[in-house]
Amino acid sequence: MRLSDLGKGDRGLIRGIVPAGHDGPGEIGHDEMERRLLEMGFVEGARFHVLHEGLVGRDPIAIRLDDIRVALRRRDARAILIERDATP
Amino acid sequence: MSDAVLGTRIALVGNPNSGKTSLFNALTGARQKVANYPGVTVERKEGVVQTPAGRRVSVLDLPGTYSLRARSPDEAVTRDVVLGRLAGETSPEILVCVADATNLRLVLRLALELKSVGRPMVLALNMYDIAERQGIRIDLDGLAQALDIPVVTTVAVRKRGLDMLLSQVDMLAAGNTDASLAWHEPSAEEIRAAHREAERIMRSYVKPPLRPDTWTGRLDSVLLHPVAGTLILMAILFLMFQAVFTWATPLMDMIDAGFAWLGQMVSLYVPAGLLQSFLADGLIAGVGSVLVFLPQILILFFFIILLEDFGYMARAAFLMDRLMGVAGLHGRAFIPLLSSFACAIPGIMSARVIDNKRDRLTTILVAPLTTCSARIPVYTLIIAAFIPNRLVGGFANLQGLVMFGLYAAGIGSALIVAFVIRKLLWRSASEPFLIELPAYKVPDPKNVARGVLLRGQIFLKRAGTIIASMMVLIWFLSSFPGAPENATQPAIDYSFAGMLGHLIHPLLAPIGFTWQMAIALIPGMAAREVAVGALGTVYAVGGEVEGTLATTLAHQWPLATALSFLAWYVFAPQCLSTLAVVKRETGGWLWPSVMFAYMLTLAYAASFAVFHIASLLGW
Ligand SMILES: Nc1nc2c(ncn2[C@@H]2O[C@H](COP(=O)(O)OP(=O)(O)OP(=O)(O)O)[C@@H](O)[C@H]2O)c(=O)[nH]1
Ligand SMILES: [Mg+2]
Repeated sequence: MRLSDLGKGDRGLIRGIVPAGHDGPGEIGHDEMERRLLEMGFVEGARFHVLHEGLVGRDPIAIRLDDIRVALRRRDARAILIERDATP
Repeated sequence: MSDAVLGTRIALVGNPNSGKTSLFNALTGARQKVANYPGVTVERKEGVVQTPAGRRVSVLDLPGTYSLRARSPDEAVTRDVVLGRLAGETSPEILVCVADATNLRLVLRLALELKSVGRPMVLALNMYDIAERQGIRIDLDGLAQALDIPVVTTVAVRKRGLDMLLSQVDMLAAGNTDASLAWHEPSAEEIRAAHREAERIMRSYVKPPLRPDTWTGRLDSVLLHPVAGTLILMAILFLMFQAVFTWATPLMDMIDAGFAWLGQMVSLYVPAGLLQSFLADGLIAGVGSVLVFLPQILILFFFIILLEDFGYMARAAFLMDRLMGVAGLHGRAFIPLLSSFACAIPGIMSARVIDNKRDRLTTILVAPLTTCSARIPVYTLIIAAFIPNRLVGGFANLQGLVMFGLYAAGIGSALIVAFVIRKLLWRSASEPFLIELPAYKVPDPKNVARGVLLRGQIFLKRAGTIIASMMVLIWFLSSFPGAPENATQPAIDYSFAGMLGHLIHPLLAPIGFTWQMAIALIPGMAAREVAVGALGTVYAVGGEVEGTLATTLAHQWPLATALSFLAWYVFAPQCLSTLAVVKRETGGWLWPSVMFAYMLTLAYAASFAVFHIASLLGW
């Protein structure tokens, strides 16, 4: 499952970074995308919680990632593999 | 003074928004901009501090970054300084890694990366007051041992812990520095390994907060709410422009009265003639008509600084991301646009935080369309003269509403132009949008007051230098040569300004401008406010002033002309310093020329349309 599939209130663990269409002409490429996400803390094992969604197309999303709050677009969140906590 | 004399140089490096600039200001007594969002500092700044051991140390403040692997121009500054890649500059002898003590995970990884640079380093756990308030327990000795560097705690905004930091610098400076720099770009695997190491250190030496900050979450659930949040953003901007009008009026009236009194004194006590005209028409009418706007500028900055310090800017970026996306930009670009409310120059500079070259260029090209504070005098003058001061719908002041409309026109046209640039010039791939949302902070009254006063000073300085000297020039041009003996027209028609105005007038007649306006536009290139002062002087010298400048204009111009003038100022590239900064930021004359051409075209077209439509309507 990917972070981009989740909605407000979902929680879980980061499982990895996968290529997700950042390799087009003029784009930054998967390798760069992976390193950027890692540097922001999207590292395997980090906990997250989806806090907010934007108005149009529920995009972008704001999540809590370990100790920080990060906003990102669903398009970029597609690169992030996650494991969702079972809903109680 | 050369760096060699100073000896040691230390560089402040750390994640965005960790308080590097606050620390820099506390150490060196500088007044660089501090605000609660990532990406405030985009340049290298230097200052000097004396250590307890009496060493004079030069301090470098740098843009924040998550890694030395610079992705955007601001981060490249940090990389180049730290690695000594700037021409004529060696790498700083000591690194101070500035960390937000409430948020250590990411910075620990950065600290590990910085260690590989091979320079002595000290870790400053800043915002230690907040960490203590939240009950975060950090084992400082353990942390220092695990990282093998000295660790100190600081509270930059209260100037606490500076001595400890400086004595660590003293000790490191006394030791040997290994001259070889060993950093290389980490691979994804190396970043992961460093994360694991950072995580291990976190678990051993940092205990999570006993009283975590819950306010940020609670406020966000309203301020980032898809519907309520968007409405609140609109309401904030709306309120801001209402306040700029309604709160400022009493103060402005006082300043106006003050200058009117000064003018009267001059005409009473200075014998009629050149000197009287110079003082009353040139200096007092000219500079006075610009200085009147000081209260409005201060109120606008008061609001902007409050929003910045509170932590709202990154939220605005979140809320505006989708709309910006339509124009091919991402939410981050909204921050430069909002900063341009103050002045396009910092706005253009802050576009450095945008990684993608083309997105950055687009942002730079459209930034001057957002309404900068130098337009306020022009807008206010025209609005006060032509728009009735009454309530609409029981709550909104009509003048404030028109002002809001002009600001909306600025932002709206910036987005449309960005969209067109994307369609015409390039279709850049979309850049990832990743932004940290900082915790809200109660704005520090001292910082707010300091920021507002600083802006006031800048405005007064402009009024006293560029604007005053332009006024003197305009007064001279409109007073000489004097009218011939058998003059049939007012004297100003025979002056240089009159000749010049009449010469350019045919170009501007199609958009409804008078020849007096033609005179105001050229010196208005030096600073937009000068146009207001120039009108003040030209009408004063022409002897056509009836009461205030606003009432004069209301009698002299048809409404269509006034609206056309407003439209002109929404678009026209009336600011040489902006063009100069664009040249510096883009490295050539190509883009400033493109900017000048497109803005001039838009201004002419918009004024033409507005004037003719308004004339057809009989205004
Ligand atoms: N309570 C508290 N607030 C602080 C402290 N240091 C900085 N701040 C606040 O933290 C925010 C960020 O400070 P800056 O100095 O602009 O941070 P920076 O690291 O220069 O940020 P960038 O230039 O964007 O990288 C501001 O709102 C400061 O007022 C501190 O020690 N205690
Ligand atoms: Mg800074």
